[in-house]
Amino acid sequence: MSFEPRIVGFLCNWCSYTGADLAGTARMKYAPNVMTVRVMCSGRVDPAFVLDSFRAGADGVLVCGCHFGDCHYVEGNHKCMRRIAITKRILKGMGIQPERLRLEWVSASEGARFQEVVDSFTEEIRALGPMRLKEWAFIPEQVEAAAAAHGE
Amino acid sequence: MDKVKVTIDGQQIEVDDGSYVLEAAKSLGIEIPTLCYYPYMAPYAACRICCVEAHGVGGWSKIVTACNYPVWDGLEIYTDTPRVINARRTNLEMLMANCAPVPVLHRLAQQLGITEPRWKTDTNYTCILCGLCVRICDEVVGAHALAFINRGAKRDVSTPFQLDSESCILCGACAKNCPTGYIKMEEIENRYIVHKEMNLSPNAAITLPFRQAVPNVPQIVRENCIHYKTGGCMVCAKVCPKDCIDYGDRPKFEEVEVGAVVVATGFDSFDPSPMKQYGYGKYPNVISSEEFEVMNNAAGPTGGKIVMENGEEPRAIAILHCIGSRDHDYHKYCSRVCCMYSLKFSHLVKEKTSAEVYQLYIDMRAFGKGYEEFYERILDEGVNVIRGKGAEVVPSGYRQHEEGHLIVRCEDTLIGKYREIPVDMVILSTALEARQDAKEFGRKLNISTGADGWFIEAHPKLAPVSTTTEGIFLAGACQGAKDIPDSVAQGGAAAAQAMKLMAQGEVMMDAAYAVIDEAFCSGCKMCNDMCPYTAITFDDAKKVSVVNSALCKGCGTCVAACPAGAIMARNFTDEQIYAQIEGMLS
Amino acid sequence: MAKPKLAIYWAASCGGCDIAILDIEAKILEVADFFDLVFWPCAMDFKYDDVRKMQDKEITLTLFNGAIRSDENYEIAKLLREKSVVLCAFGSCASEGCIPGLANFTDKQTIMDYVYKTSPSLEPGNNVVPQTEVKVFEGTLHIPNLWNTVRTLPQVVDVDYIIPGCPPQSNQIAAVIDAVVDILKNGKPLPPKGTVLGASDKCCCDECKRKRDVKKIKKFIRPFEIVTDPEICLMEQGMVCLGPATRSGCGAKCVAAGVPCRGCYGLPSNIRDQGAKMASALASVIDSIDEAEVERILDTVADPLGTFYRFSLPASLLRRVQ
Repeated sequence: MSFEPRIVGFLCNWCSYTGADLAGTARMKYAPNVMTVRVMCSGRVDPAFVLDSFRAGADGVLVCGCHFGDCHYVEGNHKCMRRIAITKRILKGMGIQPERLRLEWVSASEGARFQEVVDSFTEEIRALGPMRLKEWAFIPEQVEAAAAAHGE
Repeated sequence: MDKVKVTIDGQQIEVDDGSYVLEAAKSLGIEIPTLCYYPYMAPYAACRICCVEAHGVGGWSKIVTACNYPVWDGLEIYTDTPRVINARRTNLEMLMANCAPVPVLHRLAQQLGITEPRWKTDTNYTCILCGLCVRICDEVVGAHALAFINRGAKRDVSTPFQLDSESCILCGACAKNCPTGYIKMEEIENRYIVHKEMNLSPNAAITLPFRQAVPNVPQIVRENCIHYKTGGCMVCAKVCPKDCIDYGDRPKFEEVEVGAVVVATGFDSFDPSPMKQYGYGKYPNVISSEEFEVMNNAAGPTGGKIVMENGEEPRAIAILHCIGSRDHDYHKYCSRVCCMYSLKFSHLVKEKTSAEVYQLYIDMRAFGKGYEEFYERILDEGVNVIRGKGAEVVPSGYRQHEEGHLIVRCEDTLIGKYREIPVDMVILSTALEARQDAKEFGRKLNISTGADGWFIEAHPKLAPVSTTTEGIFLAGACQGAKDIPDSVAQGGAAAAQAMKLMAQGEVMMDAAYAVIDEAFCSGCKMCNDMCPYTAITFDDAKKVSVVNSALCKGCGTCVAACPAGAIMARNFTDEQIYAQIEGMLS
Repeated sequence: MAKPKLAIYWAASCGGCDIAILDIEAKILEVADFFDLVFWPCAMDFKYDDVRKMQDKEITLTLFNGAIRSDENYEIAKLLREKSVVLCAFGSCASEGCIPGLANFTDKQTIMDYVYKTSPSLEPGNNVVPQTEVKVFEGTLHIPNLWNTVRTLPQVVDVDYIIPGCPPQSNQIAAVIDAVVDILKNGKPLPPKGTVLGASDKCCCDECKRKRDVKKIKKFIRPFEIVTDPEICLMEQGMVCLGPATRSGCGAKCVAAGVPCRGCYGLPSNIRDQGAKMASALASVIDSIDEAEVERILDTVADPLGTFYRFSLPASLLRRVQ
């Protein structure tokens, strides 16, 4: 079975979510891999959400907000841009390709752009392959089996 | 003040003790000719044209100068006795002896019946040495830039050492009041710009901010006012009968508590000077649409006449559409109003002049009610409409007689030909653009501007007059280029929205807003600057930040910023979002 | 009535926590008087077998310090969990991984290779690497296996309470001991499970005396680069201070001395990832809206990961480098 990336998309209520909606009402076809979380503003997106998405098994995270100057909340997208910049650094340090996190500006009228962003990002993640968390969870049986293997 | 009774030419009048005969006569409507009198300054009696005959108790009489002869009780004055006329004549003749016959002296001579002055001179010197200029500069203006120089026959008025004076503030009071026109202001700017005059009179110190200003009250332009340069003058205060002049008046900040704000800051007119190809600012007869409107105004600088820089009527005018609009280098949008006002211009030109009119358009957008009909009417009036954007305006200096005229180059896309159209005047139909300080102003009101700089409405279709900030509404071109009917409609809508808000007396709040949990906030102030709506303030007593839920719009950017997780975005809580992530990926 | 039994254990830790316990000064006598100290490897000689022989829940209170990064740590954690009524993660290592947790930025193999093979202090060609099993004359020796990932105590066993800090401040330890004594002597109710003891819900800023204002940062600086203004918030002076994202309880001693908070008291209760939250807050106050400039400003943060996750990496959302 081919790898279907699982992507969490954080879409701002006013531009990107509406843009995604437009793509839908215009019957545009785009990759079903992005699962969206609606937030009021891209400025709501906390780096912890991004990390938690990867923790929960996402292969990529897409954050979409309004274009600069178009933010419904004046400059929430600027704050988002700064936070995503630092989050990419954290991801890099954590051994996750920063490309797995993408920030895009999609306005309410850019249904086609949303389609294009989702499609291209899905393909990019597909090319990067699945995210595999190393030893994230603590599973006692595995630990004990490993210990037994060492001659307990 | 004591009053005294004087009789002038048989009419009795009660005047203030200490005033002068000239003033008393003036209040009786008796005119006494004078050259050196200025009402807001001590009399000087230099020209001696204001001679009158004074009669005292006991039958004595003598000739006195009315301007500086003080009144006293029982004084009798005669202003037109032969003795008075004779004295005036002699004095005038003597002035004329040293002075070329400037119009004012000529007129006086005629009035006094002098046909030929007794003493003649062929000088072209025009100063009568009345000293009005010197005194005004000293006493009224306070610049002290002028003085009498030399003595006797060589006496003259000038600046010290006859050099350009540093004390002169270029107010022009001397030249304006010189009776003979001896003193002149030299025009340094030699370009006659017909269209820059937006005030009642250019460079006046007291003007109306603009016509139809509300309140329509004149204001003092400090840069031009003598008083603010020298501390002197204050003539306007003496003139004003209502004591309205207040030199200490400053711009005041008034705080008004309101329940709603309608933003109607309008638009700026696109400045076409960066588009070098049209030669705006280079060729005086290339003018912007706004300037054409000013020129066209009956109360404007040309009295509504459509004239070129040299005052002549143009023979052909080109109107270039889409200057700055529908242009990827400037504004991509269509300014919506230009096609129609350009058509209106051609109608006005046709009505007022016999000039040929060329309209150079990209697309003729006559979309409103009655607009298409107007367009057809224009066509019937014989306006040449050319489909093709004006490419370039060049001076036509090829032949001698054409100098100073212009050629508009364009491609007529309907006939598929390149054309050069000779014209006298070019009107650039400039784009409407957002006010320069719209962004800054929007920040003050917490409303946002789009990429073009226009204020963004809450929803393009469903809430076209509201903004994202509750209680702030948009009206007119500040929200996007629009014409007058649309602006009026939107203004009405905005007013109604504002009234609705006020009539309700209460505000419905969105359920999504942020709350700070005092128990977890340590007052690091990280969030204080986050809020675009200044909804977050710091409570100094409790040492915690507080969200004003009425101001909060629920964007959640402070929630993401709070390092302690003390802020909760209601209905978009961290827990809810984590649960969504978990749910989607499990 | 028999004295309540107290156990203190150290797993992957530096021993600082044990010293901090001793730092409560005269109170230690009260502890010795009130409790029966049944297990404290750092201070006295005990054998694991002594503990193994105890009844389940025989120990009233266990203060467990140190992270879990070997089979031995894990085994004793399980053992103490079984034998204790109340198991307390004591100190930053046990509760969030702390400095040993920085090992999660790399992996076991790299660490072993460096320590036993490539470290410059070793003789070249050294190849002696510890094995988990060594056969000697007397039989087979077992050395506990080192884990690839450092874990926190709550991740491997059920923990009742957490006392944060690296180390927990002595006054806080004393207060906790007082509270425990109060509970045991006077029958006061136990706090709800999972409570963080010896700290408050607020952040380090709450205890910090520096004046704070709106923050706008154009460049980050390191403590040695400037002489700090003693009055003003260190973050406003451009330092990366983890105070805003760190639980209070320490008395803000570092910041008072001009050293930015490093975050040892762990994350406050409302957040899930101290480093991410701090990064978010920090990015929020960067004074620029230009992407390139933001990158330049971020470049001035020295070792961002190590700074944001110095104490909390194993407890963070991603737990280790992936």
